[in-house]
Amino acid sequence: MESEFISTMVLTFKLAAVTTVILLIIGIPLASFLVFSKMRFKSIIETIVSMPLVLPPSVLGFYLLLAFSPASAIGSFLTEHGIRLAFSFEGLVIGSVLFSLPFMVHPIQSALSGVPKTIFEASYTLGKSKLQTMMRVILPSIRHGVISGIVLAFAHTVGEFGVILMIGGNIPDETRVASIAIYDEVESLNYALAHQYALTLFVVTFAILLLVYTLNKKSLGEIR
Amino acid sequence: MITVNIKKHLDTAEGVLEAHYELSITDGEFLTLFGSSGAGKTTLLRMIAGLEKPNSGVIDVDGEVWFDSERRINLPPQKRSIGFVFQDYALFPTMSVRENLLFAAENPAQRRTVDKLIDLVELSQLSDRLPATLSGGQKQRVALARALVRHPKILLLDEPLSALDPAMRTKLQDELSLIHSRLGVTTLLVSHDIAETVKLSDRLASVVSGRIERLCPPMEFFSPQTLSGKLQLIGEVLKIEEDFPAIIVTLLVGSSVVRTVLSSAEASELCVGGRAIISTKAFNPILIPLP
Repeated sequence: MESEFISTMVLTFKLAAVTTVILLIIGIPLASFLVFSKMRFKSIIETIVSMPLVLPPSVLGFYLLLAFSPASAIGSFLTEHGIRLAFSFEGLVIGSVLFSLPFMVHPIQSALSGVPKTIFEASYTLGKSKLQTMMRVILPSIRHGVISGIVLAFAHTVGEFGVILMIGGNIPDETRVASIAIYDEVESLNYALAHQYALTLFVVTFAILLLVYTLNKKSLGEIR
Repeated sequence: MITVNIKKHLDTAEGVLEAHYELSITDGEFLTLFGSSGAGKTTLLRMIAGLEKPNSGVIDVDGEVWFDSERRINLPPQKRSIGFVFQDYALFPTMSVRENLLFAAENPAQRRTVDKLIDLVELSQLSDRLPATLSGGQKQRVALARALVRHPKILLLDEPLSALDPAMRTKLQDELSLIHSRLGVTTLLVSHDIAETVKLSDRLASVVSGRIERLCPPMEFFSPQTLSGKLQLIGEVLKIEEDFPAIIVTLLVGSSVVRTVLSSAEASELCVGGRAIISTKAFNPILIPLP
């Protein structure tokens, strides 16, 4: 029983960590695109990014499940190449990335849009490329936005339930994360274990958020 | 030698303006683009920097083509040897004064000049401070020093002193003049401040609705009548008050406010906000140095 508890918690935080890292890698370019692009269809992309905020998780989960099933075009292509996404950890990562996308993109987007245009231009006139400008000037000055994005995406993935239930099910060591386990234990009237999961999630997420906000406040204080 | 001959559509408050700038700047010259706001001075500066693209024309710097619409050449700002000082300073907030300058340096030789430049703008004591802890004048000096790190062929200054109080402005004008004479870097300044323009520039280009109307030494522009034996001051009319039978006109000359009495006929052509020359005859000036 105890080892199952630990492996479920490890899986939960592994999913959140992997999802957050992937979101960080795609979130920064995506946020920059949304801030700086003058493309006509930008608002469509902006809408898609924000959709998970209002869409029931079961809707996203349902369509992902259809897409992952071997009966669909995507699913059959993946199966041919030996990849199985439905009821697997990899599938959960994809679902979580889509579902937590706005939580990473929005804070970075709003921090980026607050950077004066002349900061970018000053760096360009000093001979620095767009990438150098981003890495050395812009990201350090919007780090509070990036940190908020990381925290929110991580915490949101830890707390995710609907999407995982739809595409992951409840396979120990593969797709059984803490939120699912709580539901499962309550269903089988095992309140003590449900409470153990719930309290752990509560304490750990509280501690992470508290730590990050404390650090963030300190680093903001340095600038001011 | 920098030659500019470019055209650009400008969207202004009064509608679309077909701007056409023709200008050549000699090496080491201090040239000021003078004119009211919305005349297109800053746009010209930004096009030389490569931050904005002209619709057509050529920008040539010492035989190197920076922009040529026919040959489809448009060097990005990174490839142009420029130093740009922005009106809002644009200092990098997470870097100290020294780090802001070091960021600009491209090689060890330039890195070694950083401390000299910090000395030159009198910021040695503050070199480890973050920009947010500096005053406006100090920030502007950092921005100026940073723009000089890469030994640019041309220094572009976009109203760099407009956000400062008059005393600080005067001090920085002196510094700018000193730095220009020491380093001899070709400088293009955007300004609408008469004192600044007269004090700093070798020549003035008067920009009116997207065109350079006159190119001449600043004194020739501001004080065309050179009558001997007269003291002439140029001021801005602040207030015109009627005090029967005369009229009292208040003018701003430099940073001093001057009041003078006129007849209503004499005052009829003056308007608040306009410029006027004050001159006196039979004059024996007394100059007393101030501490």
